[in-house]
Order: sequence, then C-alpha cells, then structure tokens
Amino acid sequence: MSLISRNISKILFQPCQITAARCIHSNVPPQNAAKSESTEREGNRIKCTLIPGDGVGPELVASVQALFKASGVPVDFESYFFSEVNPTLSANLEDVASSIERNRVCLKGILASPDFGYLGELQTLNMKLRNALDLYANVVHVKSLPGVKRRHDNIDCVIIREQTEGEYSALEHESVKGVVECLKIVTAKKSQRIAKFAFDYATKNKRKKVTAVHKANIMKLGDGLFLRSCEEMAKLYPTIEFEKMIVDNCTMQMVSNPQQFDVMVTPNLYGNIVDNLASGLVGGAGVVAGASYSANCVVFEPGARHTFSEAVGKSVANPTAMMLCAAKLLNHVNLPLYGQMIRDAVNKVLSDGKVRTKDLGGQSSTQEYTFAVIANLKPPQPLKSKC
Amino acid sequence: MSARLLKNVNFKLITNSRLYSSDVRKCTLIPGDGIGPEISAAVQKIFATATVPIEWESVDVTPVKGPDGKFGIPQAAIDSVNKNKIGLKGPLMTPVGKGHRSLNLALRKEFNLYANVRPCRSLEGFKTLYDQVNVVTIRENTEGEYSGIEHEIVDGVVQSIKLITEEASRRVAEFAFKYTIENNRKKVTAVHKANIMRMSDGLFLRCCREMAEKYKEVKFEEKYLDTVCLNMVQDPTQYDVLVMPNLYGDILSDMCAGLVGGLGLTPSGNIGLNGALFESVHGTAPDIANQDKANPTALLLSAVMMLRYMQLNKHADLIERACFDTIKEAKYLTGDLGGKAKCSEFTNEICSKIIAAS
Repeated sequence: MSLISRNISKILFQPCQITAARCIHSNVPPQNAAKSESTEREGNRIKCTLIPGDGVGPELVASVQALFKASGVPVDFESYFFSEVNPTLSANLEDVASSIERNRVCLKGILASPDFGYLGELQTLNMKLRNALDLYANVVHVKSLPGVKRRHDNIDCVIIREQTEGEYSALEHESVKGVVECLKIVTAKKSQRIAKFAFDYATKNKRKKVTAVHKANIMKLGDGLFLRSCEEMAKLYPTIEFEKMIVDNCTMQMVSNPQQFDVMVTPNLYGNIVDNLASGLVGGAGVVAGASYSANCVVFEPGARHTFSEAVGKSVANPTAMMLCAAKLLNHVNLPLYGQMIRDAVNKVLSDGKVRTKDLGGQSSTQEYTFAVIANLKPPQPLKSKC
Repeated sequence: MSARLLKNVNFKLITNSRLYSSDVRKCTLIPGDGIGPEISAAVQKIFATATVPIEWESVDVTPVKGPDGKFGIPQAAIDSVNKNKIGLKGPLMTPVGKGHRSLNLALRKEFNLYANVRPCRSLEGFKTLYDQVNVVTIRENTEGEYSGIEHEIVDGVVQSIKLITEEASRRVAEFAFKYTIENNRKKVTAVHKANIMRMSDGLFLRCCREMAEKYKEVKFEEKYLDTVCLNMVQDPTQYDVLVMPNLYGDILSDMCAGLVGGLGLTPSGNIGLNGALFESVHGTAPDIANQDKANPTALLLSAVMMLRYMQLNKHADLIERACFDTIKEAKYLTGDLGGKAKCSEFTNEICSKIIAAS
C-alpha cells in the first residue's frame, strides 16, 4: 500500500504523465482514458514541429499520427510542408526554423536532395536547416531488433556524426573548365564540440568505448585536426576507452565483426557512410531511428536517410524507424511512459513476426503494420523499476 | 591493348628470332616487406609449374637517398617497370615519420596509375556471412580527396581540397566501361554524392553519363554512396562493376573485401598510362614473417589478373582454378582461413593441381 501511495505522489509531480499512469491503475484501455484526459488538460500538451518530408515521408508520418492518436499522447503537431524538390509549395526556411526553435522538438521525415540546386545553389535544404539551427550532432543508435533476422546479430552501436562542416560545406568552384575544387572544412572548435558530445553521450549512457573514425593517414591536416581533438578530449574522460580507426578499415570491420563497436564519433561524410552501413546490417533504412541535436533543440529523423520515393503511394514502406523516432521524442519531452508503450508495441509486433512490411520479408502494407502496432499498445509497468 | 599487340608483332617481324616459341615477356617483381618475399616465392613457384611464359625481374624498392637529398624509389626499380610496363608487387611497409612519402603513393605517381581495380568474389569453401558476392570496384586513383592539397587558413581551421577534373574522370569512366565489356560483365554503377557535392561529384557523374552514351551495350546506373553502402550489406548481388572517385573507392573496395573474407583474399590491379602494377593490398604482417604461415592467395590472384591483362588467359584460368579448388577442398588452408597448413603446403597443393590439369 505504501508503495502505491509513494508512486502516486511521484506521479503527481509529473503532470504530463498522469494519463499514462492512470491507465496503469485502472482497467480502462489506454485509448479511452487518454482521450478523456487530454480534453481536460489542454495546458500540459506539448507542441512539436512536424516535417513530413519527401518520398514516403507523409505516409510514415500518418502512421505515427495514427499511433499518437490511438495512444492518446499529449503532443500536438505543427506541420510544415518543407521540400527542396517542390520549392514552390515549400514553407520558408525561416518559418520552419523558428517553429523548431520555439518548440525545441521536431519530428522530421527525409528531405530529398536533388543533384542540381534550385537557382544554382550549392547548399541543400537539409544543410540550410542544419546550419540555421546549428544541429551539429547526429546520433544514430543501431541495434539489432527482436524478430528481425539478419546476417549479424547483437549489434548495438551508436554513431555520432558531425554534420555542419566537413565535405558538406557546399564550397565548390570550377577554377578552370573541367577542374573542380571542393573544399572540405574542418575546424578545431567543431571537432572538439562533437568529440565532447560523444564522450558525454558515452558517459551518460554508460557506454564503455568511443571509436574515432578518420582518414588522417591521407588527409593529414584535416582529419588530423579532428583526430587530435578527439584524442585531447579522451584524456578528460579516463573511464572511457578510446580507440581510433581508419575509415576503410572501419567499414571492413563493420561488415565482418560489427559487435566490436560501441560509440563511434565521425566527421560528416564518414558518418553518413557508417550510418548507412550499420543500418543495412540490422534491417535497412526502414527500421533505424536517429536524432540531430543542437544546444537547444532536437530533430528526430530516421537514421539512414532515404526518401524511398519509388514506393510513394504503394503503402509498402516500413514505418518502424519513424515510430521509434517518435518514441525517442516522447522520452526526450519527458513522456517516457508513452515512449515505452510505443517501443514495446513495435518490438512485440516485430518479434511476433506475423505482420511484416516488404523490406523485412513480409507482405503487409504500411497501414496493416500500423494497425498491428496500435493493437499491441499496452500500458507499461515501469513503476516496478522506479520503486 | 591492340596497339601493344601490334607492337609485339612488329617486334617479331623485325627480329624474327622466335618463330615457334611463344614470346617470353619480362615482368618486374617487387617482393615487398614482411611476408612479401615468401608469398612472392610461392607465386613464382606456381608460375614456373604452370610454365607461364614470363621472366621475372626482381627489384628492390628500399628507399635510397636521391641526389636532391630526399628518400625515394631507386632509379633501377623505376627503369625496370618503365621498360617492362608490367609489375607485380607484394606488400610494402610505409614507415611512419621516417621522412619519405608512402612508397605506394610514389609508385602510383611515377607510373600514372589512374585506375585501381579490385574484384571481390566469394570463394567457395571459405564461408563468410555473405555469399555470391561478385563485384568489381574501379576507383579513380590520382585525384579527389587524396590530392593532398591541404592548408590551415587560420589557427584551428583546415581546408582540404578535393580535386575533380574532367580528364581524369572521363579516363576512369572509359576504363570502367571497357573493363566491363572485356570481362563479359553487364552493368556499371557510378557511385557518387552529387546531391551534396553538386559540382565536383556532378562533374564525375557527367563524365560517366557521357561514357554510358558511348558504350550503349553496357547497362548503366547511378547510385548515391550511402545507398550503395546500405544495399551492399543487404544484397550484394545487385551490383556488378562499380566506378567511383578516390575516397569512395577506397572505402567501398575495403568494405567489399570485408564481405568475402578480408584483404588476404582479394586481388588488386592498378592500371596506368605507363603500364600496370598488380599488387596484394594486405599488410606486411611482420608478426608471421619468415614462419611459412602467410597466405599467398591475394598476391596469386593479383598475378592471375596480371596474366589476364597480358592476355595469357589460358594460364590465368589454369592457375585460378587450381587455387580455387585448393581452397574449396579445404585440406590445405593457411591459418587466416582457419586451417593449419603452411604456406609451402598450400603452394605445393596448387602446383600438384596444375600438373594434374595440364
């Protein structure tokens, strides 16, 4: 009894979680309870910017919205159509950026980057958004999923990627005809920042090892600076093992022995490569969630960035990545019970293996998969661990 | 290629010396460091058994101090490759901080080796998690990210220049299509990141498209680097020949080698304007040097590639089959493949297979 009363007092101090907690103590299904609750407590709702993105993005976002509705998550979306391939209909960068700055969280699909710039620009919209908000750290947690059988199992690594400089600086020029120079910029400030982020992340999440991925044997100054920053930072975190690895060797190790990796910190382009490689190992672009952090806000987006535009309108895309992004988002805005509920439901559906989208070897549609996840929503029992 | 043949024919007509014997050609051999000499000896032995019409000219590339005071490759080695136009090279050690450039890089510069070819094929009998891998990575070898132009503009800000030129891109693209046709392959995939690096990778991509226009019989597709990485580990069978700039090639070729079991099993060839250099790309493995434990497969398969390049296809097939069969039977495998055999036993087994077949 005393246990329960203690829990209740704890719940009262976390007003956002009241709805979920109520569900645990009553037999009312979560959907209804949450719904009646949400109408009463308008003030506690959380606003979140939503960018559906290109390709199958809108379909995936619709899945997440259905899921949020069914589980009664107190989150309101502020939706923006934002797209580089359709510039005339796209919202302004300023509007979107200020919305994200205000809300501090954003759920984002993937934006397609065409090979040519609109009006000859070199920067892509993605880069502009990242630069506007200074979303410097991209974190992708690649973990083998239950019930998804792949060549490797027990993969559990986190890839932390610097994403505001490096090869993605969009500084290119044609010095003479037929000769193009593309600048890769590496700065000490940003390298130190990402290194610190990686070590802080490792500390906070009780990870053991940080691996710096580089090519300093060839790019002695550029990648050398990055590597040196990581080495210096490593000295300040004596409890965390530090290791460095050349990028080509890293990809080779990744496909033969991916279990050896823990936290990896990489410059921009290598991060892109390793992200995709690792995602491929655990089931593809449809199942890996990621997030981009700035000092003030977080944008949650799938970890491997593919628009999957050939599947638009066919309802075959896998919404798992987006759902896991949403779960991460809920954790971040201090609604961990909802996050847990969604993650459990997704894991349940995946490990049952009855409803699967095409990329995982099934024949179910996006909608069927979404409904299956919704049907498996169960209020979690996290209070056990908290007592 | 045809020009070279013509030259040979001319040569024969003039000298008129060897009418019946097939032309014996000279090849430069750079045994390398560490396990290099052992595996080179193994390859020489196998070649002798198969009576390949090649005469080896072994040269030492230990850096010597040149007239300008810098350490570099001895002139004799350079002359040898320049004369023979073809070479086989074992692993070379690049001492860190000894004040001279990487020898690999120097050789590459010296002979204008513009294309690096790395076929990766699953070997029967050596099980990895991926089977039926059969891809060839062709990598631009002279520019791109490895141009080596870097400077620190102000303290703490470094810019590295990635250089892409039309000439080099077109050259490697043309080579890729020619290679595809000569080796009876079907498809060329250009790997790029032109959505991010719109001008530089855009230029590379444009050159590939031009060549695709020229070689219409070859299927051509373009893929983003990240898409290739993602798909390669899920289903490597969808790719055939991949052509790409320097850095991407470096990364992808090692990754593909990882799929089939590491660098000890994958051959590599560098095609240049002044000749071709075939090499094994694994390390010198100083810990097992002189212990008869090394695996000569990578160097042997590189030598087989060299034979194909010299159009000695019959010998190439014979040696390749013997090598694959030996690995497939798994009776004599070296330590890196999970066996216990010595390098000499592995070599002898291949030799006996060659004798049996010929």
